[in-house]
Amino acid sequence: MSTVSTPGEPQARSKPPIEAVPVRHPGRWVGVGIVAIFAAMLVHSLLTNPNWGWSLISEWIFAPPIVKGVGVTLLLTFLSMIIGLALGVLLAIMRLSPNPVMSGSAWVFVWAFRGTPVYVQLFLWANVIALYTTLSLGIPFGPEFFTFETKTLIPAFVAALLGLGLNEAAYMAEIVRAGILSVDEGQEEAATAVGMSRLQTLRHIVLPQAMRVIVPPTGNETISMLKTTSLVIAIPLTTELFFQASAVGNRLFQPFPMAILASIWYLALTSILMVGQFYIERYYAKGAMRELPPTPIQKWRRRLGRGGSND
Amino acid sequence: MTDQNGPKLLAENVHKAYGRNEVLRGIDMQVRTGEVACIIGPSGGGKSTFLRCINHLEKIDSGRLSVDGELIGYHQRGGKLYEMRDKEVAAQRRSIGMVFQRFNLFPHMTAAENVMAGPVVVRGDNKKKARERAIDLLGQVGLGDRGDSYPMQLSGGQQQRVAIARALAMDPDLMLFDEPTSALDPELVGEVLDVMRKLASSGMTMVVVTHEIGFAREAGDILAFIDAGVVAEIGEPRELLANPQTKRFQDFLGKVL
Repeated sequence: MSTVSTPGEPQARSKPPIEAVPVRHPGRWVGVGIVAIFAAMLVHSLLTNPNWGWSLISEWIFAPPIVKGVGVTLLLTFLSMIIGLALGVLLAIMRLSPNPVMSGSAWVFVWAFRGTPVYVQLFLWANVIALYTTLSLGIPFGPEFFTFETKTLIPAFVAALLGLGLNEAAYMAEIVRAGILSVDEGQEEAATAVGMSRLQTLRHIVLPQAMRVIVPPTGNETISMLKTTSLVIAIPLTTELFFQASAVGNRLFQPFPMAILASIWYLALTSILMVGQFYIERYYAKGAMRELPPTPIQKWRRRLGRGGSND
Repeated sequence: MTDQNGPKLLAENVHKAYGRNEVLRGIDMQVRTGEVACIIGPSGGGKSTFLRCINHLEKIDSGRLSVDGELIGYHQRGGKLYEMRDKEVAAQRRSIGMVFQRFNLFPHMTAAENVMAGPVVVRGDNKKKARERAIDLLGQVGLGDRGDSYPMQLSGGQQQRVAIARALAMDPDLMLFDEPTSALDPELVGEVLDVMRKLASSGMTMVVVTHEIGFAREAGDILAFIDAGVVAEIGEPRELLANPQTKRFQDFLGKVL
Protein backbone atom coordinates (compact mmCIF):
# COMPACT_ATOMS: atom_id res chain seq x y z
CA MET A 1 0.00 0.00 0.00
CA SER A 2 2.11 2.86 -1.21
CA THR A 3 -0.69 5.38 -1.67
CA VAL A 4 -2.93 6.70 1.05
CA SER A 5 -6.52 5.95 0.11
CA THR A 6 -9.07 8.53 1.13
CA PRO A 7 -12.20 7.10 2.72
CA GLY A 8 -15.41 7.35 0.71
CA GLU A 9 -13.55 7.30 -2.54
CA PRO A 10 -13.28 3.73 -3.78
CA GLN A 11 -10.19 3.10 -5.84
CA ALA A 12 -9.36 0.23 -8.10
CA ARG A 13 -6.53 -1.68 -6.49
CA SER A 14 -4.33 -4.32 -8.04
CA LYS A 15 -5.27 -7.84 -7.09
CA PRO A 16 -2.39 -10.27 -6.83
CA PRO A 17 -3.71 -13.84 -7.10
CA ILE A 18 -3.62 -15.84 -3.87
CA GLU A 19 -0.85 -18.40 -3.89
CA ALA A 20 -1.52 -21.07 -1.31
CA VAL A 21 -0.74 -24.77 -1.00
CA PRO A 22 -4.05 -26.58 -1.71
CA VAL A 23 -5.43 -29.05 0.87
CA ARG A 24 -4.10 -32.56 0.23
CA HIS A 25 -6.54 -35.49 0.07
CA PRO A 26 -4.49 -38.65 0.72
CA GLY A 27 -7.70 -40.68 1.34
CA ARG A 28 -8.73 -40.17 -2.25
CA TRP A 29 -5.55 -41.79 -3.52
CA VAL A 30 -6.15 -44.84 -1.33
CA GLY A 31 -9.68 -45.00 -2.80
CA VAL A 32 -8.30 -44.78 -6.32
CA GLY A 33 -5.97 -47.68 -5.55
CA ILE A 34 -8.73 -49.94 -4.25
CA VAL A 35 -11.10 -49.15 -7.13
CA ALA A 36 -8.28 -49.71 -9.62
CA ILE A 37 -7.61 -53.20 -8.25
CA PHE A 38 -11.27 -54.22 -8.53
CA ALA A 39 -11.53 -52.70 -12.00
CA ALA A 40 -8.45 -54.63 -13.15
CA MET A 41 -9.91 -57.88 -11.79
CA LEU A 42 -13.19 -57.25 -13.59
CA VAL A 43 -11.52 -56.42 -16.89
CA HIS A 44 -9.26 -59.45 -16.57
CA SER A 45 -12.26 -61.70 -16.00
CA LEU A 46 -14.21 -60.11 -18.84
CA LEU A 47 -11.35 -60.72 -21.25
CA THR A 48 -10.17 -64.15 -20.20
CA ASN A 49 -13.35 -66.02 -19.19
CA PRO A 50 -14.70 -67.46 -22.46
CA ASN A 51 -18.19 -67.92 -20.94
CA TRP A 52 -18.94 -64.21 -21.38
CA GLY A 53 -19.13 -64.98 -25.07
CA TRP A 54 -17.86 -61.66 -26.42
CA SER A 55 -17.33 -63.05 -29.89
CA LEU A 56 -20.96 -64.20 -29.96
CA ILE A 57 -22.16 -60.84 -28.70
CA SER A 58 -20.18 -58.91 -31.30
CA GLU A 59 -21.42 -61.28 -33.97
CA TRP A 60 -25.09 -60.78 -33.01
CA ILE A 61 -25.28 -57.24 -31.68
CA PHE A 62 -26.33 -55.72 -35.02
CA ALA A 63 -28.09 -58.83 -36.36
CA PRO A 64 -31.41 -58.06 -38.08
CA PRO A 65 -33.78 -59.63 -35.49
CA ILE A 66 -31.98 -57.80 -32.66
CA VAL A 67 -31.99 -54.43 -34.42
CA LYS A 68 -35.62 -54.91 -35.29
CA GLY A 69 -36.27 -55.76 -31.63
CA VAL A 70 -34.57 -52.50 -30.61
CA GLY A 71 -36.86 -50.67 -33.03
CA VAL A 72 -40.01 -52.25 -31.55
CA THR A 73 -38.82 -51.56 -28.01
CA LEU A 74 -38.18 -47.90 -28.83
CA LEU A 75 -41.49 -47.54 -30.63
CA LEU A 76 -43.36 -49.10 -27.70
CA THR A 77 -41.51 -46.85 -25.26
CA PHE A 78 -42.25 -43.62 -27.07
CA LEU A 79 -45.84 -44.35 -28.02
CA SER A 80 -46.69 -45.56 -24.50
CA MET A 81 -45.04 -42.49 -23.00
CA ILE A 82 -46.97 -40.19 -25.33
CA ILE A 83 -50.23 -41.89 -24.35
CA GLY A 84 -49.20 -41.79 -20.69
CA LEU A 85 -48.18 -38.14 -20.81
CA ALA A 86 -51.26 -36.88 -22.67
CA LEU A 87 -53.67 -38.88 -20.59
CA GLY A 88 -51.70 -38.11 -17.42
CA VAL A 89 -51.98 -34.35 -17.95
CA LEU A 90 -55.69 -34.73 -18.64
CA LEU A 91 -56.19 -36.84 -15.51
CA ALA A 92 -54.21 -34.40 -13.36
CA ILE A 93 -56.33 -31.48 -14.57
CA MET A 94 -59.46 -33.52 -13.94
CA ARG A 95 -58.24 -34.43 -10.44
CA LEU A 96 -57.83 -30.74 -9.60
CA SER A 97 -61.13 -29.71 -11.17
CA PRO A 98 -63.80 -28.24 -8.88
CA ASN A 99 -66.27 -30.55 -10.64
CA PRO A 100 -66.66 -33.64 -8.39
CA VAL A 101 -67.57 -35.93 -11.31
CA MET A 102 -64.28 -35.04 -13.01
CA SER A 103 -62.07 -35.36 -9.96
CA GLY A 104 -63.85 -38.51 -8.83
CA SER A 105 -63.45 -40.38 -12.10
CA ALA A 106 -59.79 -39.36 -12.34
CA TRP A 107 -59.25 -40.69 -8.84
CA VAL A 108 -60.87 -44.02 -9.72
CA PHE A 109 -58.70 -44.34 -12.85
CA VAL A 110 -55.50 -43.76 -10.92
CA TRP A 111 -56.65 -46.09 -8.16
CA ALA A 112 -57.33 -48.95 -10.58
CA PHE A 113 -54.38 -48.60 -12.92
CA ARG A 114 -51.76 -47.85 -10.30
CA GLY A 115 -53.06 -50.50 -7.96
CA THR A 116 -52.53 -53.55 -10.20
CA PRO A 117 -49.25 -54.88 -11.66
CA VAL A 118 -48.53 -53.81 -15.19
CA TYR A 119 -47.77 -57.43 -16.10
CA VAL A 120 -51.30 -58.41 -15.07
CA GLN A 121 -52.79 -55.44 -16.92
CA LEU A 122 -50.97 -56.47 -20.10
CA PHE A 123 -52.35 -59.99 -19.76
CA LEU A 124 -55.86 -58.62 -19.21
CA TRP A 125 -55.72 -56.34 -22.26
CA ALA A 126 -54.62 -59.25 -24.41
CA ASN A 127 -57.55 -61.26 -23.12
CA VAL A 128 -60.25 -58.63 -23.40
CA ILE A 129 -61.06 -60.80 -26.41
CA ALA A 130 -62.23 -63.43 -24.00
CA LEU A 131 -64.66 -61.02 -22.34
CA TYR A 132 -66.05 -59.20 -25.32
CA THR A 133 -65.76 -60.90 -28.65
CA THR A 134 -67.26 -57.94 -30.47
CA LEU A 135 -67.21 -54.20 -30.00
CA SER A 136 -69.94 -52.16 -31.58
CA LEU A 137 -70.67 -48.54 -32.23
CA GLY A 138 -74.23 -47.44 -31.65
CA ILE A 139 -76.71 -46.05 -29.16
CA PRO A 140 -76.19 -47.48 -25.67
CA PHE A 141 -78.73 -50.28 -25.08
CA GLY A 142 -80.13 -49.44 -28.55
CA PRO A 143 -79.37 -50.25 -32.17
CA GLU A 144 -75.75 -50.88 -33.27
CA PHE A 145 -74.28 -49.31 -36.40
CA PHE A 146 -70.82 -50.86 -36.65
CA THR A 147 -69.50 -54.01 -35.11
CA PHE A 148 -65.85 -55.02 -34.83
CA GLU A 149 -64.34 -58.25 -33.75
CA THR A 150 -61.96 -57.59 -30.88
CA LYS A 151 -59.47 -60.04 -32.34
CA THR A 152 -58.90 -57.74 -35.32
CA LEU A 153 -59.29 -54.49 -33.37
CA ILE A 154 -56.81 -55.33 -30.64
CA PRO A 155 -53.73 -57.01 -32.13
CA ALA A 156 -50.81 -57.71 -29.81
CA PHE A 157 -49.10 -54.37 -30.44
CA VAL A 158 -52.21 -52.36 -29.61
CA ALA A 159 -52.81 -54.43 -26.49
CA ALA A 160 -49.22 -53.68 -25.43
CA LEU A 161 -49.73 -49.94 -26.01
CA LEU A 162 -52.97 -49.96 -24.06
CA GLY A 163 -51.45 -51.86 -21.17
CA LEU A 164 -48.27 -49.81 -20.94
CA GLY A 165 -49.84 -46.45 -21.82
CA LEU A 166 -52.79 -46.58 -19.44
CA ASN A 167 -50.65 -47.83 -16.59
CA GLU A 168 -48.17 -45.04 -17.27
CA ALA A 169 -50.99 -42.48 -17.37
CA ALA A 170 -51.88 -43.30 -13.78
CA TYR A 171 -48.33 -42.56 -12.65
CA MET A 172 -47.96 -39.50 -14.88
CA ALA A 173 -51.21 -38.10 -13.51
CA GLU A 174 -49.72 -38.02 -10.03
CA ILE A 175 -46.45 -36.55 -11.28
CA VAL A 176 -48.24 -33.80 -13.20
CA ARG A 177 -50.54 -33.12 -10.25
CA ALA A 178 -47.55 -32.71 -7.96
CA GLY A 179 -46.03 -30.32 -10.52
CA ILE A 180 -49.19 -28.21 -10.73
CA LEU A 181 -49.48 -28.05 -6.94
CA SER A 182 -45.85 -26.94 -6.68
CA VAL A 183 -46.60 -23.67 -8.49
CA ASP A 184 -47.19 -20.74 -6.15
CA GLU A 185 -50.85 -19.82 -5.67
CA GLY A 186 -50.05 -16.18 -6.39
CA GLN A 187 -49.35 -17.15 -10.01
CA GLU A 188 -52.89 -18.33 -10.52
CA GLU A 189 -54.24 -15.23 -8.82
CA ALA A 190 -52.16 -12.91 -10.97
CA ALA A 191 -53.30 -14.70 -14.13
CA THR A 192 -56.90 -14.61 -12.96
CA ALA A 193 -56.57 -10.90 -12.22
CA VAL A 194 -55.64 -10.11 -15.84
CA GLY A 195 -58.77 -11.98 -16.89
CA MET A 196 -57.44 -15.42 -17.88
CA SER A 197 -59.81 -18.37 -17.60
CA ARG A 198 -58.93 -21.49 -15.62
CA LEU A 199 -57.70 -23.33 -18.72
CA GLN A 200 -55.75 -20.33 -20.07
CA THR A 201 -54.08 -19.98 -16.68
CA LEU A 202 -53.19 -23.66 -16.66
CA ARG A 203 -51.81 -23.66 -20.17
CA HIS A 204 -49.87 -20.40 -20.21
CA ILE A 205 -48.91 -19.85 -16.59
CA VAL A 206 -49.13 -22.94 -14.41
CA LEU A 207 -48.07 -25.85 -16.64
CA PRO A 208 -44.91 -24.18 -18.03
CA GLN A 209 -43.75 -23.62 -14.45
CA ALA A 210 -44.89 -27.05 -13.33
CA MET A 211 -42.66 -28.56 -16.03
CA ARG A 212 -39.59 -27.93 -13.90
CA VAL A 213 -41.00 -30.33 -11.34
CA ILE A 214 -42.56 -32.67 -13.92
CA VAL A 215 -39.58 -33.26 -16.25
CA PRO A 216 -37.09 -35.05 -13.95
CA PRO A 217 -39.51 -37.79 -12.82
CA THR A 218 -40.82 -38.07 -16.39
CA GLY A 219 -37.29 -38.82 -17.56
CA ASN A 220 -37.18 -41.46 -14.88
CA GLU A 221 -40.49 -42.86 -16.09
CA THR A 222 -39.26 -42.97 -19.70
CA ILE A 223 -36.17 -44.93 -18.71
CA SER A 224 -38.33 -47.21 -16.59
CA MET A 225 -40.74 -47.67 -19.52
CA LEU A 226 -37.91 -48.68 -21.85
CA LYS A 227 -37.18 -51.60 -19.54
CA THR A 228 -40.82 -52.39 -18.74
CA THR A 229 -41.41 -53.08 -22.45
CA SER A 230 -39.69 -56.42 -21.85
CA LEU A 231 -42.87 -57.48 -19.97
CA VAL A 232 -45.05 -57.44 -23.09
CA ILE A 233 -44.34 -61.15 -23.30
CA ALA A 234 -47.46 -61.35 -21.08
CA ILE A 235 -49.59 -60.61 -24.13
CA PRO A 236 -47.53 -62.19 -25.83
CA LEU A 237 -45.83 -59.65 -28.09
CA THR A 238 -42.60 -61.28 -29.19
CA THR A 239 -40.95 -58.73 -31.46
CA GLU A 240 -39.33 -56.57 -28.75
CA LEU A 241 -35.64 -56.60 -27.87
CA PHE A 242 -35.39 -58.95 -24.89
CA PHE A 243 -37.58 -61.68 -26.32
CA GLN A 244 -35.66 -61.57 -29.59
CA ALA A 245 -32.31 -61.71 -27.80
CA SER A 246 -33.30 -64.60 -25.56
CA ALA A 247 -34.85 -66.44 -28.50
CA VAL A 248 -31.49 -66.30 -30.27
CA GLY A 249 -29.78 -67.33 -27.03
CA ASN A 250 -32.03 -70.34 -26.57
CA ARG A 251 -31.55 -71.42 -30.15
CA LEU A 252 -27.74 -71.31 -29.79
CA PHE A 253 -27.80 -72.78 -26.25
CA GLN A 254 -26.05 -69.54 -25.15
CA PRO A 255 -28.69 -67.61 -23.18
CA PHE A 256 -26.21 -65.73 -20.99
CA PRO A 257 -24.26 -63.80 -23.68
CA MET A 258 -27.54 -62.83 -25.29
CA ALA A 259 -28.85 -61.39 -22.01
CA ILE A 260 -25.62 -59.36 -21.81
CA LEU A 261 -26.23 -58.25 -25.39
CA ALA A 262 -29.72 -57.05 -24.48
CA SER A 263 -28.32 -55.24 -21.43
CA ILE A 264 -25.76 -53.44 -23.59
CA TRP A 265 -28.58 -52.20 -25.82
CA TYR A 266 -30.73 -51.09 -22.87
CA LEU A 267 -27.77 -49.24 -21.33
CA ALA A 268 -26.97 -47.51 -24.62
CA LEU A 269 -30.58 -46.42 -25.08
CA THR A 270 -31.02 -45.15 -21.52
CA SER A 271 -27.76 -43.20 -21.84
CA ILE A 272 -29.14 -41.43 -24.90
CA LEU A 273 -32.38 -40.69 -23.03
CA MET A 274 -30.40 -39.15 -20.16
CA VAL A 275 -28.72 -36.72 -22.53
CA GLY A 276 -32.13 -35.69 -23.85
CA GLN A 277 -33.41 -35.23 -20.32
CA PHE A 278 -30.53 -32.91 -19.44
CA TYR A 279 -31.39 -30.55 -22.27
CA ILE A 280 -35.13 -30.60 -21.58
CA GLU A 281 -34.53 -29.79 -17.91
CA ARG A 282 -32.23 -26.99 -18.91
CA TYR A 283 -34.90 -25.55 -21.21
CA TYR A 284 -37.52 -25.43 -18.47
CA ALA A 285 -35.10 -23.91 -15.95
CA LYS A 286 -35.55 -20.64 -17.85
CA GLY A 287 -36.42 -17.84 -15.44
CA ALA A 288 -35.88 -20.00 -12.38
CA MET A 289 -32.15 -19.45 -12.31
CA ARG A 290 -30.20 -16.29 -12.99
CA GLU A 291 -27.92 -18.24 -15.27
CA LEU A 292 -28.55 -21.59 -16.92
CA PRO A 293 -26.19 -24.43 -15.96
CA PRO A 294 -23.57 -25.02 -18.66
CA THR A 295 -23.94 -27.95 -21.03
CA PRO A 296 -21.13 -30.54 -20.94
CA ILE A 297 -19.84 -29.11 -24.23
CA GLN A 298 -19.73 -25.61 -22.75
CA LYS A 299 -17.97 -26.99 -19.67
CA TRP A 300 -15.26 -28.55 -21.84
CA ARG A 301 -14.86 -25.40 -23.92
CA ARG A 302 -14.49 -23.32 -20.76
CA ARG A 303 -11.98 -25.73 -19.29
CA LEU A 304 -9.94 -25.80 -22.50
CA GLY A 305 -10.19 -22.05 -22.89
CA ARG A 306 -8.94 -21.43 -19.38
CA GLY A 307 -6.13 -23.98 -19.79
CA GLY A 308 -5.04 -22.12 -22.93
CA SER A 309 -5.00 -18.67 -21.38
CA ASN A 310 -3.01 -19.81 -18.38
CA ASP A 311 -0.11 -20.99 -20.50
CA MET B 1 -77.40 3.35 -9.95
CA THR B 2 -76.38 2.71 -13.51
CA ASP B 3 -76.20 6.37 -14.50
CA GLN B 4 -72.89 7.97 -15.41
CA ASN B 5 -72.63 9.98 -12.23
CA GLY B 6 -72.88 6.98 -9.95
CA PRO B 7 -69.83 5.93 -7.99
CA LYS B 8 -67.12 3.85 -9.65
CA LEU B 9 -67.01 1.50 -6.69
CA LEU B 10 -69.82 1.00 -4.23
CA ALA B 11 -69.66 -1.33 -1.25
CA GLU B 12 -72.70 -1.69 0.97
CA ASN B 13 -72.65 -3.78 4.11
CA VAL B 14 -70.14 -6.30 2.71
CA HIS B 15 -69.67 -9.41 4.83
CA LYS B 16 -67.17 -12.22 4.40
CA ALA B 17 -66.26 -15.08 6.68
CA TYR B 18 -63.77 -17.94 6.42
CA GLY B 19 -65.55 -20.66 8.30
CA ARG B 20 -66.34 -19.12 11.66
CA ASN B 21 -63.79 -16.38 11.30
CA GLU B 22 -65.68 -13.24 10.28
CA VAL B 23 -63.20 -11.10 8.38
CA LEU B 24 -65.51 -8.46 6.93
CA ARG B 25 -68.42 -7.42 9.09
CA GLY B 26 -70.28 -4.82 7.08
CA ILE B 27 -67.96 -2.70 4.95
CA ASP B 28 -69.43 0.46 3.40
CA MET B 29 -67.39 2.49 0.98
CA GLN B 30 -67.83 4.63 -2.08
CA VAL B 31 -65.17 5.70 -4.59
CA ARG B 32 -65.93 8.03 -7.48
CA THR B 33 -64.23 7.94 -10.88
CA GLY B 34 -60.73 9.41 -10.74
CA GLU B 35 -60.46 9.23 -6.98
CA VAL B 36 -57.67 7.54 -5.07
CA ALA B 37 -58.88 5.71 -2.00
CA CYS B 38 -56.30 4.51 0.49
CA ILE B 39 -57.11 1.86 3.04
CA ILE B 40 -55.05 1.57 6.18
CA GLY B 41 -55.47 -0.46 9.31
CA PRO B 42 -53.93 -3.17 11.47
CA SER B 43 -53.08 -6.47 9.81
CA GLY B 44 -55.82 -9.05 10.04
CA GLY B 45 -58.39 -6.26 9.97
CA GLY B 46 -59.77 -7.26 6.56
CA LYS B 47 -58.15 -4.67 4.26
CA SER B 48 -56.69 -7.15 1.79
CA THR B 49 -59.74 -9.39 1.92
CA PHE B 50 -61.96 -6.45 0.97
CA LEU B 51 -59.65 -5.59 -1.92
CA ARG B 52 -59.71 -9.19 -3.15
CA CYS B 53 -63.52 -9.19 -3.01
CA ILE B 54 -63.59 -6.23 -5.39
CA ASN B 55 -62.28 -8.36 -8.28
CA HIS B 56 -63.95 -11.52 -7.05
CA LEU B 57 -60.83 -13.38 -5.99
CA GLU B 58 -62.98 -13.93 -2.89
CA LYS B 59 -66.75 -14.30 -2.84
CA ILE B 60 -68.73 -12.10 -0.46
CA ASP B 61 -71.31 -13.67 1.83
CA SER B 62 -73.76 -10.80 2.01
CA GLY B 63 -74.14 -7.16 1.07
CA ARG B 64 -73.60 -5.51 -2.29
CA LEU B 65 -70.39 -4.78 -4.14
CA SER B 66 -70.56 -3.08 -7.50
CA VAL B 67 -68.21 -1.45 -10.00
CA ASP B 68 -69.77 1.02 -12.44
CA GLY B 69 -73.16 0.03 -11.07
CA GLU B 70 -72.59 -3.61 -12.07
CA LEU B 71 -72.65 -6.18 -9.31
CA ILE B 72 -69.40 -8.13 -9.02
CA GLY B 73 -69.93 -11.82 -9.68
CA TYR B 74 -73.74 -11.71 -9.93
CA HIS B 75 -76.52 -10.76 -12.31
CA GLN B 76 -79.62 -9.18 -10.89
CA ARG B 77 -82.83 -10.02 -12.69
CA GLY B 78 -86.22 -9.27 -11.18
CA GLY B 79 -84.97 -8.91 -7.65
CA LYS B 80 -83.14 -12.23 -7.80
CA LEU B 81 -79.37 -12.78 -7.90
CA TYR B 82 -77.83 -15.22 -10.35
CA GLU B 83 -74.24 -16.36 -9.97
CA MET B 84 -72.10 -15.45 -12.98
CA ARG B 85 -70.36 -18.07 -15.10
CA ASP B 86 -66.54 -18.17 -14.87
CA LYS B 87 -66.28 -16.54 -18.29
CA GLU B 88 -68.42 -13.59 -17.27
CA VAL B 89 -66.44 -13.10 -14.09
CA ALA B 90 -63.23 -13.17 -16.13
CA ALA B 91 -64.66 -10.52 -18.46
CA GLN B 92 -65.53 -8.35 -15.47
CA ARG B 93 -62.00 -8.67 -14.10
CA ARG B 94 -60.45 -7.38 -17.30
CA SER B 95 -61.39 -3.80 -16.53
CA ILE B 96 -59.99 -4.08 -13.00
CA GLY B 97 -56.21 -4.18 -12.64
CA MET B 98 -54.57 -5.68 -9.59
CA VAL B 99 -51.09 -5.34 -8.11
CA PHE B 100 -50.02 -7.78 -5.41
CA GLN B 101 -47.82 -7.47 -2.37
CA ARG B 102 -45.48 -10.19 -3.60
CA PHE B 103 -45.54 -9.00 -7.26
CA ASN B 104 -46.55 -12.45 -8.58
CA LEU B 105 -44.78 -11.89 -11.88
CA PHE B 106 -44.65 -14.94 -14.14
CA PRO B 107 -41.06 -16.15 -13.59
CA HIS B 108 -40.81 -18.08 -16.86
CA MET B 109 -41.51 -14.99 -18.93
CA THR B 110 -39.45 -11.86 -19.56
CA ALA B 111 -40.70 -8.49 -18.32
CA ALA B 112 -42.17 -7.71 -21.75
CA GLU B 113 -43.80 -11.14 -21.99
CA ASN B 114 -45.34 -10.63 -18.56
CA VAL B 115 -46.93 -7.41 -19.74
CA MET B 116 -48.04 -8.94 -23.06
CA ALA B 117 -49.53 -12.09 -21.54
CA GLY B 118 -52.94 -10.64 -20.70
CA PRO B 119 -53.57 -8.86 -24.00
CA VAL B 120 -52.30 -11.77 -26.13
CA VAL B 121 -53.90 -14.68 -24.24
CA VAL B 122 -57.13 -13.04 -23.11
CA ARG B 123 -57.89 -10.52 -25.83
CA GLY B 124 -56.08 -12.29 -28.65
CA ASP B 125 -54.06 -9.19 -29.54
CA ASN B 126 -51.47 -9.36 -32.30
CA LYS B 127 -48.15 -10.39 -30.69
CA LYS B 128 -45.99 -7.80 -32.39
CA LYS B 129 -48.29 -4.93 -31.50
CA ALA B 130 -48.75 -6.23 -27.96
CA ARG B 131 -44.98 -6.27 -27.59
CA GLU B 132 -44.62 -2.68 -28.77
CA ARG B 133 -47.33 -1.67 -26.33
CA ALA B 134 -45.61 -3.63 -23.56
CA ILE B 135 -42.29 -1.86 -24.15
CA ASP B 136 -44.17 1.44 -24.18
CA LEU B 137 -45.87 0.62 -20.84
CA LEU B 138 -42.55 -0.50 -19.37
CA GLY B 139 -41.17 2.86 -20.47
CA GLN B 140 -43.93 4.59 -18.54
CA VAL B 141 -42.80 2.84 -15.34
CA GLY B 142 -39.16 3.65 -16.13
CA LEU B 143 -38.13 0.21 -17.38
CA GLY B 144 -38.14 0.68 -21.14
CA ASP B 145 -34.75 -1.00 -21.46
CA ARG B 146 -35.50 -4.04 -19.28
CA GLY B 147 -38.07 -5.73 -21.51
CA ASP B 148 -35.89 -8.81 -22.04
CA SER B 149 -34.98 -9.33 -18.39
CA TYR B 150 -36.51 -12.19 -16.44
CA PRO B 151 -38.15 -11.23 -13.11
CA MET B 152 -35.33 -12.97 -11.24
CA GLN B 153 -32.85 -10.55 -12.77
CA LEU B 154 -34.77 -7.50 -11.52
CA SER B 155 -34.83 -5.84 -8.10
CA GLY B 156 -38.00 -5.91 -6.03
CA GLY B 157 -38.89 -2.35 -6.95
CA GLN B 158 -38.37 -3.08 -10.63
CA GLN B 159 -40.48 -6.23 -10.38
CA GLN B 160 -43.33 -4.34 -8.78
CA ARG B 161 -43.16 -1.70 -11.52
CA VAL B 162 -43.36 -4.46 -14.15
CA ALA B 163 -46.40 -5.79 -12.28
CA ILE B 164 -48.02 -2.36 -12.50
CA ALA B 165 -47.32 -2.24 -16.24
CA ARG B 166 -48.79 -5.74 -16.56
CA ALA B 167 -52.01 -4.63 -14.87
CA LEU B 168 -52.19 -1.51 -17.06
CA ALA B 169 -51.83 -3.56 -20.24
CA MET B 170 -55.46 -4.68 -19.99
CA ASP B 171 -56.54 -1.01 -20.04
CA PRO B 172 -58.32 -1.15 -16.69
CA ASP B 173 -60.35 1.78 -15.41
CA LEU B 174 -59.95 0.73 -11.79
CA MET B 175 -56.65 -0.30 -10.22
CA LEU B 176 -56.35 -2.25 -6.97
CA PHE B 177 -53.08 -2.25 -5.04
CA ASP B 178 -52.65 -4.79 -2.25
CA GLU B 179 -49.82 -3.47 -0.04
CA PRO B 180 -47.65 -2.85 -3.11
CA THR B 181 -44.58 -1.69 -1.17
CA SER B 182 -44.73 -3.96 1.88
CA ALA B 183 -42.37 -6.58 0.43
CA LEU B 184 -39.78 -4.03 -0.68
CA ASP B 185 -36.50 -2.88 0.83
CA PRO B 186 -36.96 0.64 2.24
CA GLU B 187 -34.82 2.30 -0.42
CA LEU B 188 -36.93 0.77 -3.21
CA VAL B 189 -40.30 1.94 -1.89
CA GLY B 190 -39.93 5.42 -3.40
CA GLU B 191 -39.65 4.31 -7.02
CA VAL B 192 -42.89 2.32 -6.81
CA LEU B 193 -44.76 5.10 -5.04
CA ASP B 194 -43.55 7.54 -7.72
CA VAL B 195 -45.12 5.38 -10.43
CA MET B 196 -48.34 5.18 -8.43
CA ARG B 197 -48.43 8.94 -7.93
CA LYS B 198 -48.02 9.44 -11.66
CA LEU B 199 -50.84 7.02 -12.30
CA ALA B 200 -53.07 8.80 -9.77
CA SER B 201 -52.44 12.19 -11.34
CA SER B 202 -53.29 10.77 -14.76
CA GLY B 203 -56.85 10.29 -13.47
CA MET B 204 -56.86 6.56 -12.74
CA THR B 205 -59.34 5.41 -10.11
CA MET B 206 -57.33 3.56 -7.49
CA VAL B 207 -57.97 1.63 -4.31
CA VAL B 208 -54.72 1.20 -2.39
CA VAL B 209 -54.21 -0.91 0.70
CA THR B 210 -51.03 0.47 2.18
CA HIS B 211 -48.93 1.21 5.21
CA GLU B 212 -47.47 4.33 3.60
CA ILE B 213 -49.28 7.05 5.51
CA GLY B 214 -47.29 9.70 3.62
CA PHE B 215 -48.57 8.44 0.30
CA ALA B 216 -52.14 8.33 1.60
CA ARG B 217 -51.85 11.90 2.81
CA GLU B 218 -50.44 13.38 -0.41
CA ALA B 219 -51.97 11.29 -3.17
CA GLY B 220 -55.21 10.08 -1.59
CA ASP B 221 -58.63 11.65 -1.98
CA ILE B 222 -60.20 9.30 0.52
CA LEU B 223 -58.67 7.56 3.48
CA ALA B 224 -60.41 4.65 5.15
CA PHE B 225 -59.34 3.06 8.39
CA ILE B 226 -60.51 -0.55 8.42
CA ASP B 227 -60.32 -2.43 11.69
CA ALA B 228 -62.02 -5.62 12.84
CA GLY B 229 -63.88 -5.95 9.54
CA VAL B 230 -65.57 -2.55 9.45
CA VAL B 231 -64.69 0.91 8.16
CA ALA B 232 -64.03 2.54 11.49
CA GLU B 233 -63.26 5.98 10.05
CA ILE B 234 -63.36 7.43 6.56
CA GLY B 235 -62.84 10.88 5.11
CA GLU B 236 -60.43 13.34 3.57
CA PRO B 237 -56.93 12.09 4.43
CA ARG B 238 -55.42 15.26 5.95
CA GLU B 239 -58.45 15.94 8.09
CA LEU B 240 -58.72 12.37 9.21
CA LEU B 241 -55.05 12.08 10.10
CA ALA B 242 -55.13 15.39 11.94
CA ASN B 243 -58.25 14.56 13.98
CA PRO B 244 -58.63 10.85 14.54
CA GLN B 245 -61.98 10.33 16.22
CA THR B 246 -61.85 6.83 17.63
CA LYS B 247 -59.43 5.49 20.19
CA ARG B 248 -58.52 2.58 17.91
CA PHE B 249 -57.46 4.90 15.10
CA GLN B 250 -55.49 7.09 17.52
CA ASP B 251 -53.67 4.02 18.85
CA PHE B 252 -52.97 2.77 15.33
CA LEU B 253 -51.56 6.10 14.20
CA GLY B 254 -49.49 6.26 17.36
CA LYS B 255 -47.84 3.01 16.33
CA VAL B 256 -47.20 3.75 12.64
CA LEU B 257 -46.36 7.46 12.66
